[in-house]
Amino acid sequence: MSPALILALSACGASLGAVFTAALRGTARRTLLCLLLAVTGVLCVAAGFAGLLHGGGAMVLPLGLPWLPMHLRLDATGSFFVLLIGALLLPVAIYSQGYLKDVQRLAPLAVFLPLFVLGMLGVVLADDAFTFMLLWEVMSLASYFLVTFEHQHAENRKAGFFYLLMAHLAGLLILGSFAVLYAACGSFEFSAMRQASISPFWAAVAFLLAALGFGTKAGVVPLHGWLPDAHPVAPSNVSALMSGIMLKVAVFGFIRVVWDLMGPGDFQWWWGALVLTAGSSSAVAGVLLALQQNDVKRLLAYSSIENIGIILIGLGLGMLLARYGHPTLAALSLIAALYHSINHALFKGLLFMGAGAVLHSTGSRDMESMGGLIHRMPWTAVFFLAACLSISGLPPFNGFVSEWLIFQSALMAPQLGGALLTAMVPFSAAMLALAGALAAACFVKVFGIVFLGHARSDAAANAHETDGWMKLGMAIPAVLCLALGLLPVLFIPLMDAVPLALLDVSLTGAVHAHGWLWLTPVDVSHASYSAPAVLAGMLCLGGIAFVFLHPRGYNIRRSVLWSCGNPHTHARMQYSSTSFSQPLRQIFSGIYQADEIVHIERHGHKLLAAKVQHVLHVHDLVVQKLYQPLANSVLSLARRLDRQHQTGIHTYLAYTFATILFLLAVFI
Amino acid sequence: MSSSFVQVLQAVLLVLLAPLAAGFVATCKARLQNRRGAGIWQPWRNLRKLFAKQVVMASHASWIFRTAPYVVFTATLTAASVVPALLVDTPLSMTADVIALVALLALARFFMALAGMDIGTAFGGMGASREMTFGALAEPAMLMSIFVLSLSAHSTNLTTMINHTLNSPFALHPSLAFAFVAMLMIAVAENGRIPVDNPDTHLELTMIHEAMILEYSGRHLALMEWAAMVKLLLFATLITDLFIPWGMTLTADPAGVVLALALWLFKLAGLLFILAVIETGLAKLRLFEVPEYLSGAFVIAFLGLLSFYMLEVGV
Repeated sequence: MSPALILALSACGASLGAVFTAALRGTARRTLLCLLLAVTGVLCVAAGFAGLLHGGGAMVLPLGLPWLPMHLRLDATGSFFVLLIGALLLPVAIYSQGYLKDVQRLAPLAVFLPLFVLGMLGVVLADDAFTFMLLWEVMSLASYFLVTFEHQHAENRKAGFFYLLMAHLAGLLILGSFAVLYAACGSFEFSAMRQASISPFWAAVAFLLAALGFGTKAGVVPLHGWLPDAHPVAPSNVSALMSGIMLKVAVFGFIRVVWDLMGPGDFQWWWGALVLTAGSSSAVAGVLLALQQNDVKRLLAYSSIENIGIILIGLGLGMLLARYGHPTLAALSLIAALYHSINHALFKGLLFMGAGAVLHSTGSRDMESMGGLIHRMPWTAVFFLAACLSISGLPPFNGFVSEWLIFQSALMAPQLGGALLTAMVPFSAAMLALAGALAAACFVKVFGIVFLGHARSDAAANAHETDGWMKLGMAIPAVLCLALGLLPVLFIPLMDAVPLALLDVSLTGAVHAHGWLWLTPVDVSHASYSAPAVLAGMLCLGGIAFVFLHPRGYNIRRSVLWSCGNPHTHARMQYSSTSFSQPLRQIFSGIYQADEIVHIERHGHKLLAAKVQHVLHVHDLVVQKLYQPLANSVLSLARRLDRQHQTGIHTYLAYTFATILFLLAVFI
Repeated sequence: MSSSFVQVLQAVLLVLLAPLAAGFVATCKARLQNRRGAGIWQPWRNLRKLFAKQVVMASHASWIFRTAPYVVFTATLTAASVVPALLVDTPLSMTADVIALVALLALARFFMALAGMDIGTAFGGMGASREMTFGALAEPAMLMSIFVLSLSAHSTNLTTMINHTLNSPFALHPSLAFAFVAMLMIAVAENGRIPVDNPDTHLELTMIHEAMILEYSGRHLALMEWAAMVKLLLFATLITDLFIPWGMTLTADPAGVVLALALWLFKLAGLLFILAVIETGLAKLRLFEVPEYLSGAFVIAFLGLLSFYMLEVGV
């Protein structure tokens, strides 16, 4: 057994051990729970590094069904995702030590949080379909109980039910995909599935089932309906794990089944096109809906949909390029998608932790009641700003690197198949550019409304900074975001084992060709980017400007702000979250179809308004137009069936009589 | 002359000439409107005055407000130093390609919008909201129009792209025409010029850029203004690089550099004069017609991409 696998198994053991902290009481329970989760995180990071650098291993656990023991295997793809899990789990565990201080009923969290982590780790380690599905369900069910943690609110129960329903629908579809693969090889083990040859028709069926199943779990538009309901209502540390890691586990599942078990040899031309379309539409729709939210955690959940879309654009490009025989470029797209996965895990985890800190301190998730928190919570503001810069794809942070890599692979893509396919590639790059620019608008809004300006409520005016644990928990991903943005050349060779395993291509040579300073995806004449040089240049120029402009004796005079001569300003005169996104609401009104009612009460004359009332509802059209009719028809069908059940005894006798007649007619 | 020297020279020139370029546009506009104008040195005089003045800042402005001018200024300057102006193969063109250049400008915009929101007036928020909205529409259009050239040059590196244009035989490519029109439209929008925004007024309800920096004074205001001027010259240079690079020198010998400098100044003067004519001839668009203008630019750039694939691939 290899050291990497031992480390991964001890991580599983640590998380399983954390379940038993539920038996403890008081501070000891919280401390031990967070400590064990942090240990799990450290072990995951170690296992991921060991697996990527020295290769993983496989083993068979004497558990599970009598004829099917559990197969575990840590390969390159698995190692990368174990590393991703650990990289966010460790800071979240540290953060939880502070965040859970005031939580009263800790027992459900102490049971289900470690189980949730165990499920995610197990999915990544699984090497047969049975283990995969078993741990997949552990992950889904445990997260259901975490979503309904505050079940005293009816809306949380509703969100939890919706989530449970969709998670099981997804589970069913994934099971169907495994069933098709099982039929092709006659074994549940992944090693047999890899070897099996499968006819193009059944490969397409397996692909569609897997894509729909994992797509539902990852929140791809239009299968995303559950996500913006479920992610915000969980405690913030859990939201960070759900958005940061659980969505990536769905991405991992997709890579496992489609890229690994079936393999690039089986790709058909429309697979990549479908993934690319789904990715582009998720990216744009996700960020457009995020822009209209006033609930900060709901906004972050929609933004996760956008980022999953970006990851899928990378994967779809890779699938198209692999299908048309460009493995090096396919490897570049795959690396870009994986890089964005770990980036999103870090900055979305950080954003949810920041939102949690704000929620903890002001007691509200509504952005309209915040403002000016940068004065009350300076450290949280700094970390949150780092995450906002990262997610907006701005240099020198990490979001820019992965988006840049996706742009590069899209631009270097040569002619593919037909003209339609070839034109799809730059169009998806255009959608990525649009999504990235809209994300910047979205996060200017979040940071500007929550942290800048004047406080819009007493709670925001009296907010307090978080404790040391929470600050430390947020500092780690903030530093990692900057590190991943500055030194991609050191991280990409580490991830290189994944395309080496899946596509038999290595990018290390091209990336390393010009030293650690220069990121050159294929060739220096194509494109190069050096974040350290850009940052150094900016620091130099900024330093020179600062030194020149600050001779001694030049003080800054503080004064009241200029408000057109009227000295009485009020916090409600500021731009609010709703007003910030108003121009976009108007520009994309065809997509939003928002319900907007303005009601003006007048004093006699039509110019004298006494009271103005503005009601605005921005709905998720997919939920309204697709899910609601579906749910309604299922309900009405159930009601009709119900009516058949609630009739008198003679109807039941008639049923029995008809059944006997039918059976007699059939059998005699 | 070494290429590093030319690199430093062109970066310094770009920064120092920027106020003159702004003054040149203002003077051209004045003459076209039968006024005398304040002369092309006026922006320099304004900057000198602002640098000497004391900074007055709103009492609750945070560190974001104080650092934003430096971030905006340095991000714009870094972007400007990457763009080749005289020499094709500059040492710094490797550090950031066109995508990174667009992202650096986005970083400047991000901080300018945050600074607008920091003071908490309706003006600042309004400017930030509009700037980010229109920026979100302009940025993809700009990237699309650059991608047209990147696709034919197989590169996003500016030096390689210029070399490709210089080395390929002169021909009128329809895709380039589309990209050029789109890029001009975006350049006007990104620099807050008529018909998208009016750089000359503070008191118009439709203003964008000026609304965000309304609360700035002294050296902070000077940095913001200077960055805006550098951005104008940066876009003009970018357009000459991408579409009319002829005359740029391939080697760093003095004669070539002097010739390239003369031609660069000539091309800049031509572009800026066109801008002055546009600003004089057109009225400002209503605010909610700006998205139509920008999506028009996006569609034109995308048509350029499509025509590249349909007409020019393999040619």
